[in-house]
Amino acid sequence: MIGEHSSKQYDQELESIRSKVLLMGGMVETQFEEALNCFRVDDAVRADKVMADDHAVNQLEVQLDDACSHLIVKRQPTANDLRTVMATIKVITDLERIGDESTKIARTAKSLHARGVGSFAHYDMIRTIGKATSDLLHDALDAFARLDGKQALQIIAADEIVDHEFRTILRNLITFMMEDPRTISSALDTLWVAKAIERIGDHAKNIAEYVIYVVEGRDIRHSKPAVQEG
Amino acid sequence: MTLAMATPTAAPSAKTKTIEIAGLNFFYGKTQSLKNVSLDIHDKQVTAFIGPSGCGKSTLLRTLNRMYDLYPGQRAEGQINYRGRNILEPGVDVNALRAKIGMVFQKPTPFPMSIYDNIAFGVRLYENLSKGEMDERVEWALKKAALWEEAKDKLTKSGLSLSGGQQQRLCIARGVAVKPDVLLLDEPTSALDPISTAKIEELISELKQDYTITIVTHNMQQAARCSDYTAYMYLGELVEFGETDQLFMNPARKETQDYITGRFG
Repeated sequence: MIGEHSSKQYDQELESIRSKVLLMGGMVETQFEEALNCFRVDDAVRADKVMADDHAVNQLEVQLDDACSHLIVKRQPTANDLRTVMATIKVITDLERIGDESTKIARTAKSLHARGVGSFAHYDMIRTIGKATSDLLHDALDAFARLDGKQALQIIAADEIVDHEFRTILRNLITFMMEDPRTISSALDTLWVAKAIERIGDHAKNIAEYVIYVVEGRDIRHSKPAVQEG
Repeated sequence: MTLAMATPTAAPSAKTKTIEIAGLNFFYGKTQSLKNVSLDIHDKQVTAFIGPSGCGKSTLLRTLNRMYDLYPGQRAEGQINYRGRNILEPGVDVNALRAKIGMVFQKPTPFPMSIYDNIAFGVRLYENLSKGEMDERVEWALKKAALWEEAKDKLTKSGLSLSGGQQQRLCIARGVAVKPDVLLLDEPTSALDPISTAKIEELISELKQDYTITIVTHNMQQAARCSDYTAYMYLGELVEFGETDQLFMNPARKETQDYITGRFG
């Protein structure tokens, strides 16, 4: 943050919100990693934990929404403070959705393993998109923590790669299913997981867009920003 | 912090300018309290001056109708062009100027006379109206200032019998009664409760249909709510001038941001 407010209390309130957002970010990051692990190896206990952890993430969303409302009513933030609060409210919505998608992955993983994986290498199918999205999410949270607009622009560009990867997976899965209908149920499960991962990439991109809004005051959603390579 | 070469972001010039201020310097004796201020006051828009105490915002307002003339040792240099004339030049009819550019002060200043006469007093200085015409003018001014309903049954009562908020609206009615072009409001609500403040703010948005309004305020939310343009001043210099929405959402200068977000001093 740049400079301190005349009111120390105000600084503390903003800092408390910020650290809770980062905490929530850390929680969904772990949730996502764990969900991917559950998909890779059969571990029902782990999958249950991912699903149970979503409760804490949801609670944090409610708490943070409330804290932001209170900050607005008490402090009437302006300029970069206002943008930070507005962005925070949106970021936590995206984080909560990432939690939901991770839960979905864990649930699908659990049922896939319960039914038996079948013949094809389901995890290899999503390994690349999983890693790319995991990096994307990590970078988005990092950019938000450091308010790094440049990194945010790179994330927005990188989300294209995730989207492209998803389309590749989709084509591959269709091929599998056509060749051997016995793979259909595993292939569909894999497709749901890939779709959830792709959505998480979108949420990470949203977070990156809010970072740019906070830093530059520019709302680049639904537009094609000039992306700098770097 | 380099304020020396402050280049304020120019507001869009599509609108008509009522007053053009260029290179304005102001001195209280040897102390310079305005330094090379240039900005345009747009026609039928509300322009707010904000900044910490002593930044020169009230001084700037007071130069616009040469209110400072009343005090010895105070002088202004530069240009304030109003209707094609630099009002700082000698030979300007200051009384006529003040009739066109009216002022309302921080504390309500009703004259110790009836509500009716409070308004008629100023009008009589500039115009010769019949009793009927004057009645009409008083009613019109009180309606403009959103005070008619509350005052119509006690026009002969003293202006001092009104509440603080009503007194301030009476002062606005008095300012409006002489049919000025511009109204200068110097912290018009700082002595008022929130309800009265809301009424004055409502009034400001009504009055801007007909008048150009310039307001000095310590209340930043008030500037954000009521004004179309905002000027942020600091130590006698204009730091930033621009559209209010832009200035409060995403100011161009860090100094402005620090002030409006409460990171000042």
